[in-house]
Amino acid sequence: MSRVVLMQGNQACAEAALAAGVRFFAGYPITPSTEVAEIFAARLPRLGGKFIQMEDEIAGMGAVCGASLAGVKALTATSGPGFSLKQELIGYAAMAEIPVVVVNVQRLGPSTGKPTAPAQGDVMQARWGTHGDRAAIALSPTSVRETYDVTVHAINFSEKFRLPVIILLDEIIGHMREKIALPDPSTLRIIERKKPAVPSGEYLAYKPDDDGVAPLAAFGDGYHYHVTGLVHDETGFPAGSASITADLITRLHTKVYNAKSEITLFDEYFMEDAETAVVAYGGTFRSAMAAVKEARAKGNKVGLIKLITIWPFADEVVARAAAKVGTMIVPELNYGQLVGEVHRAANGRAHIVSLPKVDGGVFTPQEILSVLDKEVG
Amino acid sequence: MEQSVEKLLRTKHLAHIWCPGCGNGTVLAATVRAIEHLGLDQDKTVIVSGIGCSSRASGYMNFDTLHTAHGRALTFATGIKLARPELTVIVLTGDGDATAIGGNHFIHAARRNIDLTTIVFNNGIYGMTGGQYSPLTPTGSYASTAPYGHIERPFDIAKLAIAAGATYVARGSAYHTKMLADVIIKGIEHTGFSVIDAVTQCPTSFGRKNKMGAPAAMLEWQRDNAVTVEAAAKLTPEQLAGKFIIGELHRSEAPEYVAEYDKVIARAQKGAKK
Ligand SMILES: Cc1ncc(C[n+]2csc(CCOP(=O)(O)OP(=O)(O)O)c2C)c(N)n1
Repeated sequence: MSRVVLMQGNQACAEAALAAGVRFFAGYPITPSTEVAEIFAARLPRLGGKFIQMEDEIAGMGAVCGASLAGVKALTATSGPGFSLKQELIGYAAMAEIPVVVVNVQRLGPSTGKPTAPAQGDVMQARWGTHGDRAAIALSPTSVRETYDVTVHAINFSEKFRLPVIILLDEIIGHMREKIALPDPSTLRIIERKKPAVPSGEYLAYKPDDDGVAPLAAFGDGYHYHVTGLVHDETGFPAGSASITADLITRLHTKVYNAKSEITLFDEYFMEDAETAVVAYGGTFRSAMAAVKEARAKGNKVGLIKLITIWPFADEVVARAAAKVGTMIVPELNYGQLVGEVHRAANGRAHIVSLPKVDGGVFTPQEILSVLDKEVG
Repeated sequence: MEQSVEKLLRTKHLAHIWCPGCGNGTVLAATVRAIEHLGLDQDKTVIVSGIGCSSRASGYMNFDTLHTAHGRALTFATGIKLARPELTVIVLTGDGDATAIGGNHFIHAARRNIDLTTIVFNNGIYGMTGGQYSPLTPTGSYASTAPYGHIERPFDIAKLAIAAGATYVARGSAYHTKMLADVIIKGIEHTGFSVIDAVTQCPTSFGRKNKMGAPAAMLEWQRDNAVTVEAAAKLTPEQLAGKFIIGELHRSEAPEYVAEYDKVIARAQKGAKK
């Protein structure tokens, strides 16, 4: 049965994770993500799951990787400074292909910055924060209700593609309370990682199926396999030839990019006849929607693209829109990050306007509307 | 090697990466012998290691094995043990891995008294990266980053572990391989956080720079400078200067983390029913 409740984004995230089968949480407290940990501390043991507050964020990331390899769906949550600390092991999870979910409730940085101020400054870090090359999946919800669905998607993607998936919440969504109807958990579509269908002697933990993803046995199930962050062949053991190296690093990209249409979550509003478009994501979306509606009320043909999937970037969506609108406006609570991707995808077909905001506040609809008026007028 | 021990090794992968004369193979052999002696279920034993020469040992062992990131083995091991308590989890780590970059995880795993056995391959140097000083490098010795002699004081891994709350702590050496296996057995048998400080030689990166002679001479150094717990009890601090004590150094009882968490589960579930 669906339930109508009043809750904040952080809570919706935790509720969804529990409904999707997460039974392990390890992390370190940090504003504005701490509620996620507190909810897991209370709820997990009731479900027979495990919660542990580790000594730092690196430890939290290591512990969720370990738990996931032991066969348990695992999640960690943090914010800016902690997200920085987790980067090395996010890369480890990518290289070793361990399904885990990392929630980053963004706050204003760099450094300790403004702990309680909303920001969208970690968009590029979610993509490039760890060293080396791999495709990233990062999702950013625009409301409390959407946080629930996005969390389920994140867990599903991590299991399906065997990688760390990042949820980019922000202080606005994480701490906003809304009345929402929670879905009946039994109606959720839950994806579980593929398990090996072969006996232990034949199992290759890094030999991909056609989808680029290998089945993953749990530690303790008798498969005796090896996991390393070194370049490895399909057996999982270190191997260094040029072709093995290239195949592995390529596959860490293609397993995601080949499924891009499935992973790209977005929405379009008033785009049919739009001459100008706003591209918005996360906590900025709602202000953008209010601004677009006001512009429409004035008779201006303005549309709105909502990006839920930040990485891989929705090139096709933006390129299609850029082909028909004259101008695209990108409001972001940072100095201009995702706008670079919009530029790249638009590839000269539209005039791109960056609307950065770095004062620690949220966009008012008026701030976006005034830019719209200028560009339209 | 005996057949029963051989099946615990991935013989196919055993042209190991270690230099001639390195003590890591001896510590690995003692570990495998201990596992064999205990008759641990191969399916239910997990080996977790960090990064360093010593941490490559996991790849040679025929279990579920996890070669993690530098310093972080204990964090992964904590996740595995907590998620699946029926598994026996053994952590292999270097002295730098365990007490420099991983020092914080080391003391906190000890404080929690989580049921893991940590074997520190203690060669007193960073072997993998070519001989930089570690937190175990003796004062006055030479390292590639201490070309004028090392000025820092080393940790005593055992004292560090005991102070942080480990409930079984022992030391062995590559020379005393039988007794090393014995203390590893006891460490695995012990419920709680166990630390085995396994003194081992790095002829390439430590021995050469410190004029310790051939690998055999480094083993003789271990023989000549090790003092058993029993013998040490009769010696003065002056007589013990420059020596290292081997054997069982500490054993205590304290609540084990995973068992305590089971009580949390019981309390939470009882509360939920009300
Ligand atoms: C984050 C990080 N920093 C540095 C390194 C480089 N590194 C690899 S092994 C190592 C030290 C190894 O020394 P130790 O842990 O004592 O193990 P040994 O090689 O002597 O067995 C260092 C500094 C690394 N791999 N990762």
